[in-house]
Amino acid sequence: MEVVIEIKNLKKSFGDIGILKGINLTVKKGENVVILGKSGSGKSVTIKCIAGLLTQDEGSLKVFGEEIKDLKEDELKALRCRIGFLFQSAALYDSMTVRDNLIFPLKRVLKIKDNALIESRCIEVLEAVGLADAIDKMPSDLSGGMRKRMGLARTLIVKPEIILYDEPTTGLDTITSKEISNLMLQIQKKYQATSVIITHDIPCSSITADRVLIIDDGVFIAEGTHEELENSQDDYIRSFFK
Amino acid sequence: MQKQLPFTKSLVAVADQAYFFQSFFRNIFKKGFEWDELFRQSYIIGYKSIGITTLTGFILGIVMTLQSLPTLKEFGAASYIPSMVSVSIIREIGPVIIALICAGKIASSIGAELSSMNVTEQIDAMKVSGANPIQFLVVTRILACAVMIPLLTIFADAMALVGGYIAAAMNGGITMTLYFHKALTILDYTDVVPAFIKTILFGISIGFIGCFKGFTYNNGTASVGLAANSAVVTSSIWIIIIDGIVVQLTNSILYT
Repeated sequence: MEVVIEIKNLKKSFGDIGILKGINLTVKKGENVVILGKSGSGKSVTIKCIAGLLTQDEGSLKVFGEEIKDLKEDELKALRCRIGFLFQSAALYDSMTVRDNLIFPLKRVLKIKDNALIESRCIEVLEAVGLADAIDKMPSDLSGGMRKRMGLARTLIVKPEIILYDEPTTGLDTITSKEISNLMLQIQKKYQATSVIITHDIPCSSITADRVLIIDDGVFIAEGTHEELENSQDDYIRSFFK
Repeated sequence: MQKQLPFTKSLVAVADQAYFFQSFFRNIFKKGFEWDELFRQSYIIGYKSIGITTLTGFILGIVMTLQSLPTLKEFGAASYIPSMVSVSIIREIGPVIIALICAGKIASSIGAELSSMNVTEQIDAMKVSGANPIQFLVVTRILACAVMIPLLTIFADAMALVGGYIAAAMNGGITMTLYFHKALTILDYTDVVPAFIKTILFGISIGFIGCFKGFTYNNGTASVGLAANSAVVTSSIWIIIIDGIVVQLTNSILYT
């Protein structure tokens, strides 16, 4: 199967503090990869490097076969059109309505001008995340779970081939977390997207993961299916699942 | 990591600002100019600042007249009031005071808005979606300031002349026709053109500093307040510096 993300010996530091200390990762098309780890272990830095928001100090990071750090501004922009990113805070544009949040990438990234097509794409993604009634609301009128759904809708509207999730269930109650996790799984099946999910929410991992990696102090220390790692012989690995 | 010396830090800050200005300038001419956002920002920056600039200009005219009148009367020069108010307001006081008011109102609001967008990852969200945040957020705000602040200054200058007339009429009984005739005939292009150019530069500096601070301050919610505060202080200093440079240049070009 086609490899869409290939990371070799990736290192990233902020000043004296080394965050990523040589990680290796290969993600194949259509795969759901979950990265588990404690706060500050380098999970978010990893996906920010994949999205080109941060540049690595050393190592290789290829997305769709292209080395991210060698891309020019316009090439990186073109690559990002194929990647979706759901931020921890959902990062909705709070001066715009839900509709305008959705129209923003359609007009600027996909350059769609046809209003009827724009409207139908908005309705389609809002229905996919169960928020069709909220189209004219402001982000400030939405609850935490609705904001996450809305963030997911904005990510999906450009039909990305890779979706990067940064702690998608953080700050949500158990029921809403489960709903969001199931939604992520449905979306992956419907849109055939590849997903990299950063989380420390174990139920979310068990619902969504094809493969789980555990990151600790900037390196991956374990890899396997959710069940394999949950039943690991290593006490430290098992402690993530308790 | 080696600690940076204050001088090195200042050089890095200047380099950062130069790079930010260069990316603003480059993005003005890029395809996909955000006209709708430019008009929205012009409305917010211009229309929503009319009240404060009108009031400031009007009171400035009254105060200048009331303060100057007793001294000018002593020398039998009260008839020079319209010309004096007109030249001083239009050449110097109007542009500088309105720019300082706008630095307080507009630079702080741009700095706080963009910094809070930065903190809540909205700017990163624009980047990863493949959109261009400099084109959407920075170019539109700086250009809106460059267009609206000169217009606000012209409006405030006009209100200052009205204020000056009301104060003069109440204290000396001058007619409106005579007041405005004297106030306007004294002006020539050497008064109006450099002042107008100066207001455009003030507008660019207010928009630029607001945007730069908003993009730079991104460490938690405290940085939103810091960005607003720093935007006001820095843009006010730049207004004074630009004023000094433009006055010196005008004098050396026109009067030597």
